[in-house]
Amino acid sequence: MTDLLAALGARTLRWLNALGHAGYFFVDLLRFSPAALRRFGLVVAQVHAIGNRSMVIIVASGLAVGFVLALQMYYALVRYGAAESLGLVVNLSLVRELGPVVTALLFAGRAGTSLTAEIGLMKAGEQLAAMELMAIDPRARVLAPRFIGGVVAMPILALLFSTIGIIGAWVVAVLLIGIDAGNFWSIQQSGVDIWRDVGNGIVKSAVFGVICTFVALYQGYETQATPEGVAYATTRTVVVSSLGVLGMDFILTALMFSTP
Amino acid sequence: MSKRGIETLVGLFVLLGILAVTFIALKAANLASFGARDGYVLQARFDNIGGLKVRAPVRSAGVVVGRVTSIRLDPKTFQGLVMMEVERDLQFPRDTSAKILTNGLLGDQYIGLEAGGDDKNLSAGDTVTQTQSAVVLENLISQFLFNKASDAGSPGAAPAPAPAPAAGPKK
Amino acid sequence: MNSDILIDIDHVTFGYDASRTILNDVSLSFRRGKVTAILGGSGCGKTTLLRLIGGVHPANRGRVVFDGETINAQDREQLYRLRRRLGMLFQFGALFTDLTVFENVAFPLREHTELSEQMIRDMVLMKLNAVGLRGAAQLRISEVSGGMARRIALARAIALDPELIMYDEPFAGLDPISMGVAANLIRKLNDSTGSTSLVVSHDVQECFSIVDYAYLMSSGGKVVAHGTPDQLRTSDDPEVRQFIRGEPDGPVRFHYPARPLAEDLDVPA
Repeated sequence: MTDLLAALGARTLRWLNALGHAGYFFVDLLRFSPAALRRFGLVVAQVHAIGNRSMVIIVASGLAVGFVLALQMYYALVRYGAAESLGLVVNLSLVRELGPVVTALLFAGRAGTSLTAEIGLMKAGEQLAAMELMAIDPRARVLAPRFIGGVVAMPILALLFSTIGIIGAWVVAVLLIGIDAGNFWSIQQSGVDIWRDVGNGIVKSAVFGVICTFVALYQGYETQATPEGVAYATTRTVVVSSLGVLGMDFILTALMFSTP
Repeated sequence: MSKRGIETLVGLFVLLGILAVTFIALKAANLASFGARDGYVLQARFDNIGGLKVRAPVRSAGVVVGRVTSIRLDPKTFQGLVMMEVERDLQFPRDTSAKILTNGLLGDQYIGLEAGGDDKNLSAGDTVTQTQSAVVLENLISQFLFNKASDAGSPGAAPAPAPAPAAGPKK
Repeated sequence: MNSDILIDIDHVTFGYDASRTILNDVSLSFRRGKVTAILGGSGCGKTTLLRLIGGVHPANRGRVVFDGETINAQDREQLYRLRRRLGMLFQFGALFTDLTVFENVAFPLREHTELSEQMIRDMVLMKLNAVGLRGAAQLRISEVSGGMARRIALARAIALDPELIMYDEPFAGLDPISMGVAANLIRKLNDSTGSTSLVVSHDVQECFSIVDYAYLMSSGGKVVAHGTPDQLRTSDDPEVRQFIRGEPDGPVRFHYPARPLAEDLDVPA
């Protein structure tokens, strides 16, 4: 029995240790961000690697989600004679929830794993150690620019997702189903608030950007310098990022949208 | 890829983001209406505010002229105290009435202002004295039933609390 | 303070954790302007010694002294200041795979100096020329062979003309020609720039052809012998002789500790 307790205690301590270690890492990322911003070229290169390269999947997914959302919501609303609200429902769903969350999940899968693998392989190939011995701090030169790049890219991607989704919904609703185009847009204009809905959505996606990028960089930095280690780290990135995003989404939604 | 090429693409990326936000703001959100123009505050007391919510529109003749900014219970009169902000350019006469109306059959509720004929206008901080509370569905139904029952029953017979259809007109 | 000695390892004991001690009260000193080798079998702490000199880990006991200054691994400022004076060649190069050959060698120049692009270009081409790879400047790292990668890493290590150059197994896994090239470069660079070189290796022949002094370490993390190549070749110490001559069995046992063979095979002895 005492063995079990001891094992449990050891595990908890190890978990706390890892949490503290991760916390230190996060603070380091923030600490080196101002210096990284001064090397703007590095940040721009990272926004390109993270943001631009994710555009294809984000746009494709946005379009698909817009189509499906319009169809599904139409079938639900038409029962209550409320089919004219389709534009509003689709808009709010995308801008408040699906835009930030789905983008974050896709981001974790595409950009997150890419970052983890890149940093992990740099560590395995001793590139980070080489940089250290050249008196160049890899946290400032390699990690912080990627962090800023991710945090900048995510809201932009989420906005693109939502916009493309709304356009996709328009295609299905107006062109295919035949809902009145004027109605489609005007009901959104009267029901969607730029600060409360769109603004909060942007805040959400920024928070998700912080979470996903931080997790990806941490997993890469702490990985074992072996092929299995890197593979394990990339799967952990996706799992931890996704759980973090979904958990944070609940908290943020409760904070932002609890009072109508 | 050259450095300039990368910078251009990133600039394009950021531009797309800005365009997306602009698109949503103009076509799909309410930025176009009641934006930066200032307003002045009016208050009104209602017996029952019904389903009125903060940030509900204030309309006059159907046109949105303001927003509800806060709803509280007045502890002295036990009425709902509603504060609303109305566009600065518009002046309403002193005897304007404020009614809580519903958008459509089951839609959101809003405040409708009907201008009166007074010479003097309401200024900032004034109270709209003529108010009409929201229609509460239960009151409406019970009133309807009461009317129906008093129509059907004869003056002597007390209105049967539980009408038994099989009983028929008892004498 | 002996100005003749650039690095002094003073009774250093070190282990990554309490259970395993890698270096056991070792003392070495490396003289300015000379090429010194650290020889030994695998796992005797040679690479760890380089890491201690670079300040990557603090010694558990003893001091590491760089040009009269004791290295304090907690003091980042001092570490970075001292590291600017050294260059390290990693075993597999540790080149930055996302940059070209040129960009790799230019990296330390770009990070630590404010020189103009023109000057940087000239310096990079000169360093690449010193290692014979000026024509490969525009290649990507994925396109170069192992031997070339090490030479590029060497060009990068000397980009800022460091006082101390450390080589971690520079001959491991190279063909004879590349080995000859590497050995030649190490010696020539040291002599032409007046810098100090530390070569960690287990290739006795190549090392002895270029070094001025050598230390031999054993798997317990101790210094077994040290001296000039001639002194070591003529040593009577059995451990030294076994290593120098590459004898399979001697003080370093061939067999991993085990029961007698007869017992394992269930055969009466």
